[in-house]
Amino acid sequence: MTLVVPDIRASTIARINPVAKLIAALVIAVALLLSIDWVSALVALVLEALLLPFAGLAARQFWLRTATLWVAAPLACLTTVLYGKDSGATLWDTGLVSITDGSLSLGLAIGLRILAIGLPGIVLFATTDPTDLADGLGQVLRLPARFVLGGLAGLRLVGLFIEDWRYLALARRARGVGDSNVIARIARQGFSLLVLSVRRGSKLATAMEAKGFGSDRPRTWARPSSFGYREWWFLALAILIPVIAVVSALLSGTWKFVLS
Amino acid sequence: MNGSALGARVTARGWGWRHASRRQPAVRDVDFDISPGERVLLLGRSGAGKSTLIHALAGVLGGDDEGDGTGELLIDGHRPESARGEVGLVLQDPDSQVVLARVGDDVAFACENLGVARDEIWRRVPAALAEVGLDLPLNHPTSNLSGGQKQRLALAGVVAMRPRLLLLDEPTANLDPEGVTEVRDAVARTLQASGATLVVIEHRVSVWLDVVDRVIVLDPDGGLLADGSPAEVLQRNGRELAAAGVWVPGFPPALPRREPIDPGDRMPLLAASDLSVGRVEFGRRTPSVVNLQIDLDVAVGDSIAITGENGAGKSTLALTLAGLLPPAGGELSARPALADGLGTAPHRWRSRQLLTRVGMVFQDPEHQFLVADVRAELAVGPRALKLSETQVTQRVDELLDRLHLDALATANPFTLSGGEKRRLSVATVLATRPRLLVLDEPTFGQDSRTWEELVALLAELLRSGTAMLAVTHDTDFVEALAERTLRLETPIGALA
Repeated sequence: MTLVVPDIRASTIARINPVAKLIAALVIAVALLLSIDWVSALVALVLEALLLPFAGLAARQFWLRTATLWVAAPLACLTTVLYGKDSGATLWDTGLVSITDGSLSLGLAIGLRILAIGLPGIVLFATTDPTDLADGLGQVLRLPARFVLGGLAGLRLVGLFIEDWRYLALARRARGVGDSNVIARIARQGFSLLVLSVRRGSKLATAMEAKGFGSDRPRTWARPSSFGYREWWFLALAILIPVIAVVSALLSGTWKFVLS
Repeated sequence: MNGSALGARVTARGWGWRHASRRQPAVRDVDFDISPGERVLLLGRSGAGKSTLIHALAGVLGGDDEGDGTGELLIDGHRPESARGEVGLVLQDPDSQVVLARVGDDVAFACENLGVARDEIWRRVPAALAEVGLDLPLNHPTSNLSGGQKQRLALAGVVAMRPRLLLLDEPTANLDPEGVTEVRDAVARTLQASGATLVVIEHRVSVWLDVVDRVIVLDPDGGLLADGSPAEVLQRNGRELAAAGVWVPGFPPALPRREPIDPGDRMPLLAASDLSVGRVEFGRRTPSVVNLQIDLDVAVGDSIAITGENGAGKSTLALTLAGLLPPAGGELSARPALADGLGTAPHRWRSRQLLTRVGMVFQDPEHQFLVADVRAELAVGPRALKLSETQVTQRVDELLDRLHLDALATANPFTLSGGEKRRLSVATVLATRPRLLVLDEPTFGQDSRTWEELVALLAELLRSGTAMLAVTHDTDFVEALAERTLRLETPIGALA
């Protein structure tokens, strides 16, 4: 498995056009950012959990990819509970930190929100092949091919950078300058990597140009990228998540619009 | 064969080009006529402007801000920039030419850019892959192909464009002998099928001798040095070309004198027994073993070649023996003559302590360069050893002189030619006088003159008691220097 050719198991979600997944993740994120309350976040999270099995992600892959979220969400929750804006009944107070009804529900809202926004984003992209995404961006959204395919080709170079980085580290040791402190070493090695990557990038650009890339001629696409009823259904379903979440928050009276 | 009608005609009239950053033109006053279907080998010493000419033919030299052109260079009467799609180019570096993640998509890429219809693309892709002998599924990832496979993939992408002019810029310089043959044969096959005109740059003449029917030699002082049939040109200009670094059959580079050193001086330096080598993959904790059960003894003055097929773990072994990677198993132990008061495990030595003990020359010299000019680059090692400024200057000057780098003392290492980069990377290691020298493919892509100089230098070091371990595919190199050969076999089951 590599960055650009991920192992993607065939699943309902994996077959959806990546552009639809991108829009879905954006809609959920924007809608959930409109309010800070625990009800909308919790409802969205529960609905997402119900849909998760359709992504076809293996359990190990799921936990591996979402690991940062499971660390970040409780941490954000805890700090808000301890240091967040106080309101309502005080539950615990040491002078320096205080827990109140207000900070407790705010912390809960933030922790759940990070999960509710992060999970669909990560899961949808874990089931997306970058090549398919580029095809979608170019054909469905009609973004300029120069930008989309340039980015895709650049992504392939990332694998080479990892290899370069290891060689640079070994070379620094061989050249007698590998003993310096970690920060100085990483900074200098980073600069070397930058020089190497600019060179690789310009060689790749020449190779692409020689293959007719970037000319004025209209280009064709070898792999069709279609946006049909399946994608519309998927989008409808994805939009339903924040709609239900927001309505639940309004009905329960917890809705707190961020701009008011 | 009726194919010749499909080739392009190439004409140059007083053509020249100066890169915007240089004072002197890279090429000037070039005149020639290449008929449709002709197959031309383009020769010349390094710096004669061969690559500039081939890039110009491919239309990728850039616009007026990149340099100034003079005269006329035409493909079927058109400027190269407007002949895109008629011309296909394959470059030297296998890694920098792969664009997409899967084999089929990568071949299709050029066709897409030319606006070929989808059905037609998917007819051409398998045909092109078959023509270059790349028998892989279309969704095979491009990242784990060998160098030879990557070059054939690049060729397949070009073949699918159906170009009338095929341009190759040292396509086999970074490949092992097997890869060289694969690529050469694939080119011969596609020319047979398409009748396209060919211009190829390569300083190992013998590789292309059976494929080409004309040789053009560029003169670094402008114009052409020679132009004619291969037999004619090589007979008339063979000696001159060999002196300029071209590998001409019948004019082998001079071999150095080898003097075996006194058996009494052969103190043991390094011993490997039942050694396994491997690397810790990204995101893993335990190394994945690439080869095992290696036994090897290295003594003062030894010269050992490490050979074996791709994927046998030769580079990993070299990095392990050089104390850069920890052994994945078994034992690697430095003897007192090498350890010089330190522990027996080279990978536990500090970076600075390695300098006077083991020196490593990497396969890609660019990985080794740390600073912005040649002189400073040579001073890195001696400074790390905390030598006095006078000693540093003395060592640097001596190396600049001995490796003919003095004229380049202030140049940026990255702007040097391939041969110069190799010389510099060797010189940086010699600056700290290590007792054991480990080299990884030191002769890849070298012209015959650099090769000769490098081999002479290494022979001199061996005479003075330095030991050498070299990973190499180069049989001439093995013959010239190696006393012993360690052949690594791919362990059974390693590919699973």
